[in-house]
Amino acid sequence: MGVGITVEHLNAFYGKTQALFDINLTVLANHATALIGPSGCGKSTFIRCLNRMHETIPDARVEGKVRIGEFSVYNGTSATQLRRRVGMVFQKPNPFPTMSIYDNVAAGLKLNGFGNRKQLDEIVEKSLNSSALWGEVKDSLHKKSGASLSGGQQQRLCIARALAVQPEVLLMDEPCSALDPISTGKIEDLIFQLKEQYTIVIVTHNMQQAARVAEFTGFFLLGKMIEFDKTEKVFTNPSDKRTEDYVTGRFG
Amino acid sequence: MLQGKVSEIPDAVFGWAMRLCGVAVVALLGLIVYELIVGSQLSWHAFGLKFFGGQDWNPVEEQFGALPFIYGTLVSSLLSLVIAVPLAVGVAVFITEMCPVALRGPLSFTTELLAAIPSVIYGLWAIFILVPLLRTYVQPFLATTLGWTGLFSGPPYGIGMLAAGVILAIMIIPIISSITREVLTVVPQHQREAVLALGATRWEMIRIGVLRNARAGIVGAVILGLGRALGETMAVTMVIGNRAEIAKSLFAPGYTMASVLANEFTEATGDVYLSALIEIGLALFLVTIVVNAMARLLVWSVTRGQPAKGVV
Amino acid sequence: MSTAPTAIVIPPISLWRRFVDRAMTGVAVLTVILVLLPLFAIFAYLVYKGIGSINWAFLTQTPKPVGEAGGGMANAIVGSMVILAIASLLGVPLGIGAGIYLSEYGRNRYGDAVRFISDVLNGVPSIVIGIVAYAIVVMRQKHFSALAGGVALAIMMVPTIARTTEQMLLLVPQAIREAAYGLGVSRWRTTLSITLRTATSGVITGVMLAFARVAGETAPLLFTAFGNQFWNWKTDQPIAALSLQIFTYAISPFDEWHRQAWAGALVLIILIVSAVTAVRIAVRRGTLAGA
Repeated sequence: MGVGITVEHLNAFYGKTQALFDINLTVLANHATALIGPSGCGKSTFIRCLNRMHETIPDARVEGKVRIGEFSVYNGTSATQLRRRVGMVFQKPNPFPTMSIYDNVAAGLKLNGFGNRKQLDEIVEKSLNSSALWGEVKDSLHKKSGASLSGGQQQRLCIARALAVQPEVLLMDEPCSALDPISTGKIEDLIFQLKEQYTIVIVTHNMQQAARVAEFTGFFLLGKMIEFDKTEKVFTNPSDKRTEDYVTGRFG
Repeated sequence: MLQGKVSEIPDAVFGWAMRLCGVAVVALLGLIVYELIVGSQLSWHAFGLKFFGGQDWNPVEEQFGALPFIYGTLVSSLLSLVIAVPLAVGVAVFITEMCPVALRGPLSFTTELLAAIPSVIYGLWAIFILVPLLRTYVQPFLATTLGWTGLFSGPPYGIGMLAAGVILAIMIIPIISSITREVLTVVPQHQREAVLALGATRWEMIRIGVLRNARAGIVGAVILGLGRALGETMAVTMVIGNRAEIAKSLFAPGYTMASVLANEFTEATGDVYLSALIEIGLALFLVTIVVNAMARLLVWSVTRGQPAKGVV
Repeated sequence: MSTAPTAIVIPPISLWRRFVDRAMTGVAVLTVILVLLPLFAIFAYLVYKGIGSINWAFLTQTPKPVGEAGGGMANAIVGSMVILAIASLLGVPLGIGAGIYLSEYGRNRYGDAVRFISDVLNGVPSIVIGIVAYAIVVMRQKHFSALAGGVALAIMMVPTIARTTEQMLLLVPQAIREAAYGLGVSRWRTTLSITLRTATSGVITGVMLAFARVAGETAPLLFTAFGNQFWNWKTDQPIAALSLQIFTYAISPFDEWHRQAWAGALVLIILIVSAVTAVRIAVRRGTLAGA
């Protein structure tokens, strides 16, 4: 079951440069929320603040409050622990190249000390089923490496890997931008199904995709969040002129 | 789903362990400097700077002058450069500019193979194959043709400065060649094309468009080769004759800093003797460090810090 | 005045320039031949002079006293392996650790200093390192030993292994590390089980290169291991080494020993090449299809 996310007065910095300005929003549990905006508007930075991946960049800094469920993200809790409850799928599929498909999916569990072989088998099968990859790889789980799959399959593998640790939230940073339309379609279908179990936040520069999969959409521009509302409203009747300009294609 | 608190301690411990390894590398160099300085104190107090100017190496009377070794090291190394540089640069130019693409891999691999042969095996081959060759054919030839220079006089023992120079040359060709190849490869293609477009022959293109641009880097490669030659021990020890004398002729036996250490370190009776040898070691250390640092700076300035492939 | 441009006749490339071009190509080919000549000569003579003397006795016996024919280098071969084992035990972990530091924790001024010093260390003549190992180990323990020899060779291995490990780790894309962080894997676990694991074959190649380089070293062993005509399993005695034995025999006045020196040299080269090739094959077989 997913949990909600609350963000209060979030400011993010790269060294002296400020990338996010006073972001406030609430993500509803078990819904998909899309974040749109032109390149460089800060949507990727924002999503990486939610699981503290932003910190992996030297000189990066965050101020503000983020809560995932009842869990405070920035208050003395370890980033590693947080990331076990928040899964992430990246723009370019990044399976571990020296590991088999099975080991890739099981990586999050094995590396964190979870060793029961039978349970691992079950979880791997379940996760690959959830990401609609099981049928295609079930015969070569241990024989093929993660990197030998096609682009679309690799991304679904990465989704399975993220799901295997049973997070409550799934963050997706432009997951389809490196994929062909057919793979994109498969992953969008996936998101539809995953919504029932997880809370999904998806960054996309593809407005049609946001319209297809997300109930809520946030529009970012130059590090600020301009508007956040039901997807339908943001696209057909936005409150802010800048949103309107963007979704009608006048810029970006 | 994964239960249990995550401790930050293992991450911190690991981080410090890795940093410690980095510090250990620095400490190793410090240790080397420390031991060399401490070990050479006795000799330094006894002889001071005259140590490096004295020609007399007499362990029996406890008179230690290191000039013959410095001379031997410099002459053998410079001689090896004179022989090696044209050959190494020639090979590098051939591989990068002239040779058919299919041959490039095998040829560069084969020259790298020269670098893999241990020094003692070079020495072995030099003693039994190279030296007789020099003694029987090369030295008489040089004596008759170039004897007037004074560089090729005296009995043709075979063993001596010339032999050391030749075997050193063979040993440093791979490193000069491989760095030169890198430096040549980094020259942008448009430089070559610009010269060709003016109607130059291939050699003119190489001379004007490539070699001129790569000058600094090639000098760096040569200096790196010099650095390697200065410190080379076994092969030189086996063919240089091990006589602590300064002679003009290249046929004469000589002695290098590395060779005297190899030969006499375990025989050194008396603390001053040992300390004098360690002081030679310190001098060798300082000279090679300076030479290598200069060389790397030159090469880096051309290749912009891209790491050298393979063992350098 | 005619407005048509005067026709320009470009003279064909002079004969001289064409000759120079051809000649320089010839010169370059000549240099290649001159460089490859000694290489082939050395390998040819190694085989020619050495192959006849490599027999079971050579590989299993210790040296006979001066003047007697026969005997072998068994103790030297084993001694070399012992020294190299000690050197690897000391040098490989430290080298890989330093490499991990440089790549994962050292992308800053301090790392640059370590990098520079590592390169400096690489250029120190091996005989000088022998002196230092003598000072640290032999002078303290008051005897020559395999440990002293191992320490000397370990010091030589560290810079090479550190730099190649760093380069191999840097080749691992940041995205792979991020994938692991994203799964909630701690940093140390990520570095060892993911980053280092991805770079394994490259790191092992680097270790093998360092190993091959020190396997043939003689100078640093001259006053650390020192050499021994007999079997030695004690750590407080001098120990034989293949390269040392070759040196001692080569400079001796005895033909019998010269013969054995060639055999020893051939064995040394074969051992080095086999070790490197064996590791290459093992690494290749251990990797998955498509990895």
